This record gives sequence, structure tokens and C-alpha cells, in this order.
Amino acid sequence: MNTTTKYTATALAAALGVTVLAGCGGSDDGASGTSKGSRTVTLVTHDSFNASDAALKAFTEETGYTVKVLKSGDAGSALNQEILTKGSPRGDVFFGVDNTLLSRALDNGLFTPYEAEGIDRVAADVRLDAEKNRVTPVDTGDICVNYDKQYFADKKLDPPQTFDDLLKPEYKDLLVTENAATSSPGLGFLLGTVASHGEKGYESYWKKLKDNGVKVVDGWEQAYNEEFSGSAGGRKAGADRPLVVSYASSPPVEVLYAEPQPTEAPTGVAAGTCFRQIEFAGLLDGAKNEAGGKALLDFLIGKRFQEDMPLNMFVNPVVKDAELPELFTEFGATVDEPATVAPERIAENREQWVRSWSSIVVK
Amino acid sequence: MALPVAFFALFFAYPVAAIVGRGLKADGVWQFGRIGDVLTRPDLLDVLWFTTWQALASTALTLLIALPGAYVFARLDFPGKQVLRAVVTVPFVLPTVVVGTAFLALLGRGGLLDDLWGVRLDTTVWAILLAHVFFNYAVVVRTVGGLWSQLDPRQEEAARVLGAGRLGAWRRVTLPALAPAVAAAGVMVFLFTFTSFGVVQILGGPAYSTLEVEIYRQTAQLLDLPTAAVLTLVQFAAVGAILAVHARTVRHRERALKLTDPALTSRPPRGAGQRALLGGVLLSIVLLVVLPLGVLVERSLDTSGGYGFGYYRALRSADAGGSTFLVPPLEAIGNSLRYALAATGIALVIGGLAAAALTRRAGRLVRGFDALLMLPLGVSAVTVGFGFLITLDEPPLDLRTSWILVPLAQALVGVPFVVRTMLPVLRAVDERLREAAAVLGASPLRAWREVDLPLVRRALLVAAGFAFAVSLGEFGATVFIARPDNPTLPVAVARLLGRSGELNYGQAMALSTILMLVCAVSLLLLERIRTDRSGEF
Repeated sequence: MNTTTKYTATALAAALGVTVLAGCGGSDDGASGTSKGSRTVTLVTHDSFNASDAALKAFTEETGYTVKVLKSGDAGSALNQEILTKGSPRGDVFFGVDNTLLSRALDNGLFTPYEAEGIDRVAADVRLDAEKNRVTPVDTGDICVNYDKQYFADKKLDPPQTFDDLLKPEYKDLLVTENAATSSPGLGFLLGTVASHGEKGYESYWKKLKDNGVKVVDGWEQAYNEEFSGSAGGRKAGADRPLVVSYASSPPVEVLYAEPQPTEAPTGVAAGTCFRQIEFAGLLDGAKNEAGGKALLDFLIGKRFQEDMPLNMFVNPVVKDAELPELFTEFGATVDEPATVAPERIAENREQWVRSWSSIVVK
Repeated sequence: MALPVAFFALFFAYPVAAIVGRGLKADGVWQFGRIGDVLTRPDLLDVLWFTTWQALASTALTLLIALPGAYVFARLDFPGKQVLRAVVTVPFVLPTVVVGTAFLALLGRGGLLDDLWGVRLDTTVWAILLAHVFFNYAVVVRTVGGLWSQLDPRQEEAARVLGAGRLGAWRRVTLPALAPAVAAAGVMVFLFTFTSFGVVQILGGPAYSTLEVEIYRQTAQLLDLPTAAVLTLVQFAAVGAILAVHARTVRHRERALKLTDPALTSRPPRGAGQRALLGGVLLSIVLLVVLPLGVLVERSLDTSGGYGFGYYRALRSADAGGSTFLVPPLEAIGNSLRYALAATGIALVIGGLAAAALTRRAGRLVRGFDALLMLPLGVSAVTVGFGFLITLDEPPLDLRTSWILVPLAQALVGVPFVVRTMLPVLRAVDERLREAAAVLGASPLRAWREVDLPLVRRALLVAAGFAFAVSLGEFGATVFIARPDNPTLPVAVARLLGRSGELNYGQAMALSTILMLVCAVSLLLLERIRTDRSGEF
């Protein structure tokens, strides 16, 4: 195979050419993946991560580290990429493992244990790995059915409040949800029904929901912007489904991004249909800049960042001393008893649940 | 020849082999039994069946609708032709997120068809097929039309003089010359629709799934590498078979053609027949291409306070606080253009060299390489992206966090276009011209410059246009490959659509409109370059 050596040589030459090219890109980050010195700390995360520049600057002023954010797809795909590159990670800290994926991350040994500074301020019920501290909880969000206030007012009908309400004949053909196989709110809603109706009962619940005319579309964007009559996009599209599976924080967002801002949110939340998502961050095993990574984890549960999150990611803080912005206290829904399923049970049964869900609802 | 081979070995074959290998190996032993396990699962067989028949149907429909368009663009002169040629290419570069939204607005509930006739086509196969025609119209018009416009009409006229009927002359003279280009276009459309991802996901709803969607799910969502590896191999085999068939047909048909300046071959329409054809083609373009695009524009202007540019203004001050989520759209446009330029550069160098090598040499090995170059079209972005992750992780080649990965992945998809567009024209250059130049003392390089270049410049520009367009609207690699956060336009659109709130939705529409305009302007510029130079023939 002497041709292979020739090809390898050419390949190297080509690669060098490419690296040179990359250098000419005028991009502000170098072509090499190594962190330049130890002054940079790299945060690997999913596409929905968002922080204000001011907050990230504050971190740099406090610690001297600059944060470089790497985004790689949606939450599931970002985590799986980390699992693939285990041991030679692309960054120092990973943010965005939620409780539906937590077991997968822990079983693969992605994280180095670290007890973040101030972890005692974090509510006990979200510290799912309190013994080992391999991950640190950062935020929570609730997946709930949202309703279009206008529709129910016009029809003089009370909006549904619980999972069982959704089966009633007066709500026939009103609900749109997402594909549990590909969309995280879709999966959250399915898990919520597993929590409320049990591993035996959820199948018959979905059969009834199907008979009551639930519509399934692929992703949240389509469900919310095209099918749900309470959203801005839906109103334009003449959507006709006044119930949608979305987030408890969706109504405040509708208010924030309306022009002019209304005095009341156009949508409400059915508080008895919620499944709680908890998002975690962890120090990656094999991180090049461990000290920087630890400082970043401390920062993520610090007051500054916790108060920055709600208006940037539309999630709730996990520390007691963080205050919610007015927008949330005024228009948001407080969910007292969200449904939850233990991460290890999710890990064991998720595939099978989703598959049987698909066979009931989609086929 | 060496450079393209090396490029493909390093950035395609090696990563894909690595990720497939990881799925099929356990403890260092190949587990070929897994192939059988996967291939007997009824749900996966359903996916395979659906993938195949919808691709066949989409291809047939696209050819049926677009071939008259190719003729009109090649042979007829009418006002606004340049602009229209750019317009029909725009869909090809729009991200699927945007197209899905536009088609839902047309075919879905409360959409235009629903208002007029109470017809709803969303979540039906028709929506998928129509969106595929919308996407691929330009592929046919540009590949077939590009050659058609350079065929000398006098050959057909000569046949007429010799007593052939109009149809007979066309069948014996023009059709054989066009066949390779039609076949090439057909194969491309088939490949695109066979590996369709976003369109099927958005318009088909969860009930329809193609092989590509399934591979994405198994890889990115479930990390079930064995199943993903088997499906990737299946897709490989299918694409390989298609290409083999294609290569045969092309080989039997290719021969030297007399190419002329396209400016001389098109005329204003004459007679009722040609006018009717022109009218029909224009109507089909309006219905299929302009209407969905128009819906986007309409929604981007439709603010709560009546029609206006409110959303565009909002874009400028997007999240004035500044955050890592939204960048000023100007920056996103800049990012997109930078990626696209880099990707086009790489694709042209690699594809141009490959096409030149393929023209010069014949033989089994070369033909194999020809097919190999097409393979990236049949491999999902997620497979390549995840392959990069586990192979390009060693210095000096740790490119995993480098921005160059994105243009590289895009160039992989661009190269086949460059080769496909260049080859028919390069092969059609009459060898005797080169020989004459050599006899007159020109070096091979000089002969190439004086003989080939003027003839292929047009194809080169068309190829560049394609590569550029593919990169601009490309959504797969940009999403799967982690990048320091400098989002491209499609990514920015997807992010806006991923949040609730009127302003976000409106801004997504406004950004899509900007993306459309950027594409159209880039393509128009390419058209311009061509016409300025055409006098040199």
C-alpha cells in the first residue's frame, strides 16, 4: 500500500493548506482547538443557551477568565457529541444536560465531581446528584399546556387545568402537541402523563387523548407558531388550536415580544399539566482548564448569573436568593406541583415509552 | 488528481468510516450480524420504502415541471430573464425551516388554498412533493438550461433542411446532446429528495420519515450508533446504485458537441406556440416559486400596527442589551457570506481539479472516483459532523472547534455540483481544438487557458453559483458542528422561530426575507459577470 503513504503526505499538505486558510479567515478565534493559555474557559452548550454580554463581562472581571461559548445543536445532540468525544472534550464545562438525559451523561462518566461554591443555596429537590456533585443544577423550566385566553373567553368555556381535563368532550380537537421522539417539550409532556397516570396507565390515557383529537406535529416551532391560535404567528396563520404543549414561561415571552406590550398575557398556563425540566452543568472529564471550569460553575449558580437567566433563556433560577424579574412575577405561572419522573427510570424506559407512544398516536 | 483524492480521504472517507466503524465494531470485532438485525425491523423497512417512492415521484414531477422552464431560459429572450433566473435559484438556498413555514402558510390551515378552495395539503405527501419541486426547480433549469443555451441551433436547422420534421430534428439532434445533462439533473434531484430532511420533517409531520431523518434520530438523539451505521450503509448502497446507473447512461451519450455563445442562441419568442409555452412556464414559476416567497415577504411586513418595516427596525436593535443569542443580523449576513466564500473557494479548487482530471483520463479507477465525488450528497450531515468529532481531534488537526469545519463540510456538498456542472461541458470541448493549439506550439497550460477556459468559464460560474448557494442556505452542518458562536443567517432564523412572541416571529420572517435578497443579489451578480464577458467568445 505505498500509495497510501503518498496520499497521507498529500493529505497532510492539504490539511496544512486548510489551516493556513483558516488563519486567513479573519475570524477572531484561532484555528486550533486548544485553549490559548489558561485565561480562556470554554463552555460547550446547546443552541438555546443565552447570556447577556454584561453577565459574561462580570465573570471576566471577577475571575480574569474569558468565556468562549461553543454551541452544538439541540440539547440531545449536544450531549451525545460530548459522549462521543469523552476524554478529549472540546471545552471545559458542559451546560444543558436536563433530567431526561441526566442518567445517560452520568453513566458515561462525562463529568469530574466538583462541589460548586454556594451550592447550599440551591433547593434540595433539584439536586439530583447531591451525593457526588458530578453535576450542578442551574435552572428549571416547566413544560405545560398553554391556552389561548381569547378563544375560551369567546366560547364562554373554562380552560382545562389537568391532564384528565384534556380528555373531556368540550376540548375535542383543540390540543396540539409535539413529537415525543424528536422534541423536548413533546417528550416532557409524555413523561408528565407517565408520572400522572403511571407506567401502566399512560398508554390508555393517550388512546383516549387520540380519540379526543389531539394533533401531533414534529417540533415546537410548528406547534406554537403555526397551529396554536394564541401565539403571534398562529394568529397570522389563522391557526385553530387553542391548546398547545409549550412552557410555563411562554406567556411572559408573548408579552415581552409584543409591540406594543399588552397589559395582560394573551395566553395562560394549565398548571396541572406540567412536567419539570431541570438543567445541569458539569466540569468535563479531561478539561484543559479545570480551574477556569470550576470558577465558571461557581458563577453559573451565583446571584449575578441566576438573575440574568430568566429574561435571556426564559427559565427559573434554582437559588433562593435570586429575584425573579417583574415580567415573570406578573405574567408567569407558578407551578406548585409539577410532575417528575426519576432520571434512572427515564433512562431505562424512555425508548420503550416513546415507541409505544408513537404506535398509539402517530401511526 | 492527488489533491481532490486527499481532500476526500481526509474530510469525508475517514470520518464517515470511523463513525460507521464505531457502530459496527464491538471489542474490535466486526459485528456484521447487526446488519441483518436492523434490516428485518418492519418500521425501518417502511422508512426505506417511503424514502424511495417519494424520491421517485418528486423527481418525475420536478422534471415534468422544470424541463419546459429549462427550454424557455435557454432559447427564449424576454424582459427580466436575468432577474427571474436568479429568483428561481433562491429556493434552492433557503433553509428548510423557512421553506417549511412558507409552505404551511400556503397549504396549511388558513393558508391561501384553504381560503380559496378549502384545500389543505399540509401533513400530506403532496406538500412534500411540491416543496421538493420548489427546491429543485433551479437544479434542472441551470444544469440542463446551461448546456441547452450553448447548443448551436443551426445543427437542428441543418437537419430540418435535410428533410427531418421539427420533432424529428429535435429528437435526433438536440435530445441526444441534452440527455447527459438531463440525466445529471435527474440524478441530482433524486439524490436530494432521497436524502431529504427538513422538508419531510416539517411538512410531513411525524407520520412520514425518510432514511435521512431516521439516521439523524438514531445518531444525534438516541446515540444508537449500530443502527445508524447500518442505515448509513443502506443509504450508501442506494446512492451507489443510482450513481452507477447514471454513470452508464452518461458514458454512452457523451460526445463532442459544438458549443456556441449562449447570447446567440436565444431569441424573442415567435409564434403562438412559443408564446404559450413562455406564458405557461412563467405561470408555473409564479405559482410554485414566487408565491411561497411572497408569503414570507408579506408576513415580514405584517406588523400588529398594519403593514410596515417594524420588524426590520427591530432587527437592528435586536436585544439591545447584547447577548450571545442574537447577533445583529448584519453580522449574521457577514458570517454567512464569509462561510459561503470559503466554501465556494474550496469547492471550486477541489471540484475543478477533479473535473479536469476526469476529463483527461479514462479507466475504471477514474470512473470510480467520479462516483465517489458524488457520495457526500448521499451521506447525512450528521454522519459527517459526528465523524469529524471523533477523527479530527488530534493536533495538528484538531479542527473540532474551528470555524473552518463549517465551510469544509459545505464544500463537500458543493464539490459534486462543481463536478457535475463542469464535466459535461469540459468533455464536450472538441479535442481537436486542443491538438491544433498544441501543433501551433502552445504548452498544455496555455492550450487549456486559450481553448478550455473561454468555453468553460460559463460552467465555472454556474458551478460557483451553486456552491455558493448551497453554502448560504445550508443548515445541516452549521447546526451539527459546534462553532464559536457566530451564527449564520439560517441559524439565526431558526433561533428566532424557536422562541415565542410576535416580535421574534416577525423578525424571523424579516431575516428570511433578507436571506432571500442576499441570495438573489449574489446570484444576479454572477449572472452579470457572465454577460459582461460573453463578448470574448
